[in-house]
Amino acid sequence: MSAPIQAGAKVALRCEGLHRYLGQGEGRVHVLRGVSFEARSGQVTAIVGPSGCGKSTTLYLLGLLDQPDGGSIWIRDQLMSNSSDLDRTAARCEHIGFVFQFHFLMQEFSALDNVMMPMRKLGRLTEEAMVARAQSLLKDVGLGEKGHRLATQLSGGEQQRVAVARALANQPAIILADEPTGNLDVKNSGLVFDLLTRLAKENGQAVVLVTHNPDIANRCDEIRPMRDGEFVK
Amino acid sequence: MSTNLRIALRFLTARKRSMLMSLAGIIFGVGFFIVTQAQTSGFEQFFIRTILGTNGAIRIEDKIQDTIFAMAAAGHDAGASKFEVRVDRSARKYIEGVEDPALLAEALRKFRNVAGVSTVVEGSVIADSSFKNDSAKVYGINLDDHLVVSDLAAQVQRGSGSLEDFRSTPQGVLLGKVLADRLQLVVGDSFTLQAGTEQRRYRVSAIYSTGVSDIDKVRIYLHLGEARSLLKKTAGASFIQVALFDRDRAPQDAVQMEEVLRHSTKSWQEREESWLQAFKALQISAALTVSTIILISGLGMFNTLAMIVIEKTKEIAILRSMGYTRRDISRIFIWLGAIVLVIGTIGGWGLGAGVTYGVSKMPIRIRGIFSADSFQVSWNIWHYVVATVTAAVVVMTAAVIPARRAARLEPGDIIRGTSQ
Repeated sequence: MSAPIQAGAKVALRCEGLHRYLGQGEGRVHVLRGVSFEARSGQVTAIVGPSGCGKSTTLYLLGLLDQPDGGSIWIRDQLMSNSSDLDRTAARCEHIGFVFQFHFLMQEFSALDNVMMPMRKLGRLTEEAMVARAQSLLKDVGLGEKGHRLATQLSGGEQQRVAVARALANQPAIILADEPTGNLDVKNSGLVFDLLTRLAKENGQAVVLVTHNPDIANRCDEIRPMRDGEFVK
Repeated sequence: MSTNLRIALRFLTARKRSMLMSLAGIIFGVGFFIVTQAQTSGFEQFFIRTILGTNGAIRIEDKIQDTIFAMAAAGHDAGASKFEVRVDRSARKYIEGVEDPALLAEALRKFRNVAGVSTVVEGSVIADSSFKNDSAKVYGINLDDHLVVSDLAAQVQRGSGSLEDFRSTPQGVLLGKVLADRLQLVVGDSFTLQAGTEQRRYRVSAIYSTGVSDIDKVRIYLHLGEARSLLKKTAGASFIQVALFDRDRAPQDAVQMEEVLRHSTKSWQEREESWLQAFKALQISAALTVSTIILISGLGMFNTLAMIVIEKTKEIAILRSMGYTRRDISRIFIWLGAIVLVIGTIGGWGLGAGVTYGVSKMPIRIRGIFSADSFQVSWNIWHYVVATVTAAVVVMTAAVIPARRAARLEPGDIIRGTSQ
């Protein structure tokens, strides 16, 4: 069951009155109908609901991967919903880590290189420091010995753990996870969720995850059910 | 190494076979571009060397006859209002030959670019050996002057007599190889030359070969004084042949000389315009033909990169989600094109240089406008530069379009599409 919300925790991510339409012409659908939401540092929030209710669309808007048709998004108190593509890209690099249902690792690169990829873009660390941090993160997710393996040489669970390490690489304030365990068996699902929440909590990061899995949702600090493009609770 | 380049290097192996085919196309395109340009310009340069070695860089002949207008313009008093009447070149009239060659030669030597001047007296004769007779043209020269303005020394082949014999023999002649063969004359033989009613006997001092059959079958070199006597041209000259330090400046020098010396003056470029244009047309035609190989490789490259963009949409989306900008994505694909371009160009240079060297050793017998026994090639850095620029334009154009497409991809759309 979800833990009580820590009222004093800092708001890392906030949105108000988000609207989003998808499709064109007669196929145009009002997917989000004025969604408001906030995620606090050190807490794990699950967005649940039936397929097509707008969970993932909300997540992509919160992650600045998409632009809303109405409403506002603040990342660490900075209004980002109307900012330029370049500013949103920079914010993603610095403040947001993603974990997707499909790990989306770069197949031609090793696990270590994949984890270093966001760090290379941010460019705050030296090559040696990046390698050290990537190795440390891989060790944290239990893949310390497999850093030099190509993504294709890892199992599904291992690849998703690399994706978790990659999401944490730049120490972002917000971790957004879209069905991070949706493609894994029960054992690996638990393992990946535990990793994600433990590491995020240790670093005081806000975690927002979309899931269909009630067991996973029940272990989060807060559950926000969605239906027909709106939060129902 | 930049991250974008690092990613591009890994993406390079995504479609190995088609990428290798594109690369091979660029190598062959660049290589054959270089080879064809080396050959066409090689033969052109050889032709130019031949014509400079026979007829010189500039030839000054008939005196320009001043027209009434020109005389009026020339007759103005100092201080009076000056005006100039230019007469259309095609409407000009000329007085045949050079009236005072010594004065003209002295004036010519004052031009900075002039390396040598040779006065020539020319006339038609009948050459008669014991075997047969043939029409020919006598060129009366001062040997030392003429050696400066031509390649006559090199044109006298080993075993075909010597210029020293000619120099020391007043009745000696230098005979073109084709004419010597026709008259069945060898070095040391004597024969007669008949000009009008005058008939004299001469001895073959040497046989020369310019490789230009039109010259070798008619031209006979005599000492200037001997030619004047035979042709009864005691004064003046038929033309003055000029050698230049910088042959490429011949057209400008010719214009200046004509203005100053008031004699018809023709540069080698003007004299041989039709042949030079033929070489230029051949060169451009070869470049265009071979460029199609590069163009087709570019199309292959475009296709390969477009396929990589389609195959790598997920990777592009994840890179964008990690904070890689549209410009970063674009640069990754530009790098892909650049890597193939660099490898292809360097490979093409190697292939081009190797084949050019091989071709230069291939035997081929050419006689007519020049004489060559092997393929002529020209080693010119510009062939490599132009091939590289052509490949760069084609390959980078082929890379830019998929790169822009990749940059335009919306990460949200891709991830949403993959997740559904």
